[in-house]
Order: sequence, then C-alpha cells, then structure tokens
Amino acid sequence: MPADGPAEGAARDDDVRPVPFRGGGFRHVPLGYLSPLVFVGLIALWELGSRTGWISTIALPAPSAAFAAFLDLIETGMLWQHLEASLVRLVVGWTLGTALGIAVGLAIALFSVLRAGLAPVVAALFPVPKIALLPLFIVWFGIGEGSKVATILFGAFFPTVIATYSGVDNVDRGLIRMGQSFGLSWASIVRKIILPGALPAILAGFRISVSISIVLLVAAEMIGARFGIGAYILTAGALFAVEQLIAGVAMLSVIGLTISWLIGRSPWHSSSSLTLQTLRTARPRASRAARRP
Amino acid sequence: MELIVEGVSHRYGATEVLDDISFTVGDGEIVAIIGPSGCGKSTLLRLVGGLERPGAGAVLMRGAPPDRSLNPLTYVFQDFALLPWRTVEGNVSLVLEDHALSGAERRAVIDDVLARTRLAEFRKALPRQLSGGMKQRVAIARALAVRPAVMLMDEPLSALDSQTRELLLDDLLELWLRERFSACYVTHNLAEAVRLGHRIVVLSRRPGRIRELVRIDIPLTERGPAVPELARLQQELWQLLRDEALAADRELANAG
Repeated sequence: MPADGPAEGAARDDDVRPVPFRGGGFRHVPLGYLSPLVFVGLIALWELGSRTGWISTIALPAPSAAFAAFLDLIETGMLWQHLEASLVRLVVGWTLGTALGIAVGLAIALFSVLRAGLAPVVAALFPVPKIALLPLFIVWFGIGEGSKVATILFGAFFPTVIATYSGVDNVDRGLIRMGQSFGLSWASIVRKIILPGALPAILAGFRISVSISIVLLVAAEMIGARFGIGAYILTAGALFAVEQLIAGVAMLSVIGLTISWLIGRSPWHSSSSLTLQTLRTARPRASRAARRP
Repeated sequence: MELIVEGVSHRYGATEVLDDISFTVGDGEIVAIIGPSGCGKSTLLRLVGGLERPGAGAVLMRGAPPDRSLNPLTYVFQDFALLPWRTVEGNVSLVLEDHALSGAERRAVIDDVLARTRLAEFRKALPRQLSGGMKQRVAIARALAVRPAVMLMDEPLSALDSQTRELLLDDLLELWLRERFSACYVTHNLAEAVRLGHRIVVLSRRPGRIRELVRIDIPLTERGPAVPELARLQQELWQLLRDEALAADRELANAG
C-alpha cells in the first residue's frame, strides 16, 4: 500500500473476500426442449385419464379418439372439402381486406384531407366486433359465401389500416427529408423510403389481422354453411360427437400456427433487412439484365 | 457557382430563430458556421438548401452549377440518413435512380464515388454493419455521386467519437484538396471550424445574428492540430462564444 494511501484502509491481508454477485435472475434462459415435453406430457396425461375413466369420455374424449375422428375425416375425403371451403374464405377475405387496408392506410398517412376525414371513421369502426355485422352482411350479400368473405374482409381491413398509417407515421422523418434534399420524386420517396420503412409495422398488423380473420371465419361458418371447419365443429357439437369437435378445434390450432409460422418466416418480417435487401436489389437487376440482348 | 444568403430571417411561431443573416459561399470555398446550441445553425442550413422557406430574405445561386451536376445543393446529415434496408451501393444508387442514367452509367458513378471514399470493398455491406465513421463516409459518397455545387454539411462529425472524428476530418481535408468542393459546414466544434473553414461565420445565441465573420488565410494543407496560429484563433473564437453559450445554456432551461 502506498504511503499516502487512505489511513483507514489499514485492513490485514487475511481480510480479503470476493465481491458478492448481485446480477442474477430477471433473464430468460432458453429451455427449448421443455415445450414439446410439456405438450406431449399433457396429451399423455389426458389419454391416461380417459382410459382409466378418471376423465369422462362423454365430456372430453381421449386424444386417440379425436385422432381417430380426424383419420375418419381423411378417409371419407370430407377433410379436404371442409379445409378447402375454410381456406378459400380465409385467403380471399384476408387478402382483399389487407390489400384495401394497406391502400387506405397509406392514403390516410399521406394526405391530410383523408386523414382528417377518414381516421376518425376508422377509429370508430375498429372496436366494433365485426361478427356483429354478419347479420347485416347476410342481408346485403346473402347467406352464401359473400357475407362470410365480407365479414373476414372487414375484420382484416381495420387493423391493417391502423398498422399501416401508424407505421408510415413512424418512418424516420430524417430519411424523408434526405430523399427530398436529393430531389427524389414524390413517388420515389413513397416507394423507396416510406413503404419499406413502414413494412415492419404492417407485418405486425398482419399477425393481428390473421388471428381476427380466423375467429371471424369460424363464427361465420357457424351460420348457414355446409362445409368449413366452423360448420364441422357446429355439426359435431349438435350430434354430441365430441371427438369430432376436438379434432376440428385442433385443426384450427394447426392452421393458426402454420400461418404465424409463415409470417415469421417471410423475408420481410421483423425488419430482417438483409433478406429484404437481397430481394429488393435482385429484382430490378434481374429485369434489367433480361431486357438487354 | 456561388451561393448567396441575403438578409435571411426566420421565426417559428413567436420564436425568432434567425435575424438578418447574410453571407456568401464562393466557388471552392468552405464556410464554417458556428454558434451556441439552439442558435439556429441547423435551421439556417435547411433554409440554404431549400428544405424550408425563409420568413424574410432570400437564398440565391449565382452562375451555373458544374457540368452534369444532378443536385447542386446536397446535404450531409449529422445522423447520416442512410436507408437501413439498402446496402452501401444501394444507398448511393438511391439518389441516382430518379435521374436519366443508364444502368452502366449509374454503376460507373457508384464505382467511382465508392473508390474515392475508399469504400469499394464494403459495397455490399448494410449500414448497421458499419461503424459511425464508415456510415458518414457512405453519406459523403452518396453526396459526391450527384456532383454537388455546394455541400451543406450539418454537423457531419458530431455523432462520431473523437478519434473517428479526427480520421474523418483528415479524409474531408484530403477530399477537398482533390475535389475543391464548396461547402457550408455547420458545427459546434471550434477545432473543426478552424481546420476546415476558409471563413467562419460566428452566430450569436437565439435569435441568431452574425456576430463576426472571420477569414483564415492559412491554406488548408498547412493546417493541423499543432499550428499555433490556429490554436490562438480557436481560443479567440471560444472567447467570442463563451458568454453566448453560457447565456444560451440558461435560456434553454427557461424556454423549455
């Protein structure tokens, strides 16, 4: 110890101890193996409960029974009919709703007149559960596909509008100003700066609109549909075929998981700009090369 | 081409930001603008480049911009303003895509400016993979690509750490020696101002008025961190600004 060191620190050498560690906890530790284990464990427990009679099979059939109902559905070919009916409604309704939603959201974000005029209307209609409009749509479009697609379209439209215009609002003003300072045209600024900048927010909106669409799909199919997973579940319930009902619900879960997996995998998701960039530059260059003899 | 700022005044609502600013930026001349924070330096630069309209006065260009200049007044921003989803070459390409250039011409310009800023090997990199200094070099390359008559530089080195700043300052000097670009260089760093400025416009605190116009006759090549005359000049400028900065510091707390 230096001579001019603090006098009070005249502790002996044997009084040395490590600094206590205080930074533990409050952190996620990835335990990837746990979730399939829990999943399998739950199903096994359920199966066991049903077999031993601990769970009444009338109230809740065994997973194996539900799986048998599912296999039955495949064998009779009804699976494809139900699945096709549901997916067509979902895809058509969601795609149209999303496309319109992006267009309207962009218009609201870019033009003050439209923002002042339309944003309050959107805000007023957004919280209305769209299923409440289904009877109205049935009056307008009939009991067939029209009303079902319209309900899903509406359900997907509003969250997309809001996600799009708030996404555009949050695009870095500095980048837009940069575009202007380099004399970029209005269309170029929208296409090359604003839209890619808003894309992460729009994709976050997709997740919401997809889940809303699935809810509306099932609800709409429970009214006047012959085919579709919602109709299948409703019929099963009416016939007390609980194992078919469970099979239908499991199918919905799989559809939902598949779609969110697809969104998560898309190159535009979570601003994974690397892949976005490769797509963006690869396209015009390829077309330019193709035009040249 | 000469850039003339003539009696420019500006206000935001009730707040007077700039009051009767006049100066010119000659061909191949770097005019540094310094002043305490909040004195309207950045506003002045936005007015000069036409991103905002002055409340009074005018910004004029005299003479033709250099041959094939695509964007005579070109900014270099403090925060770089690079598109995060475009690569280095994509960011440079962005400002060329709206002009009638063939693909080959555009590629040639990109190759040229990336070589001049020594970025050729990073052309496929994304901004987030680059350091702050490299990002600003990309922004400078992008500015050079449109062959500006006057570069409007808004504290281009302020977001960088002091070592990177020193390196990039040398780069800028070297670039000026080769290209002889004109520039309006806004900074709050007096060392940068005396190293790069042919003339220095000293602004007062808000509302910004010109307190002093200092001409430095030492050629840029002979300036360095150790030149006593520059150190003395920097000290003089600091004396000039000190009281203003102190007053501005207190004022901001009140103005909110």
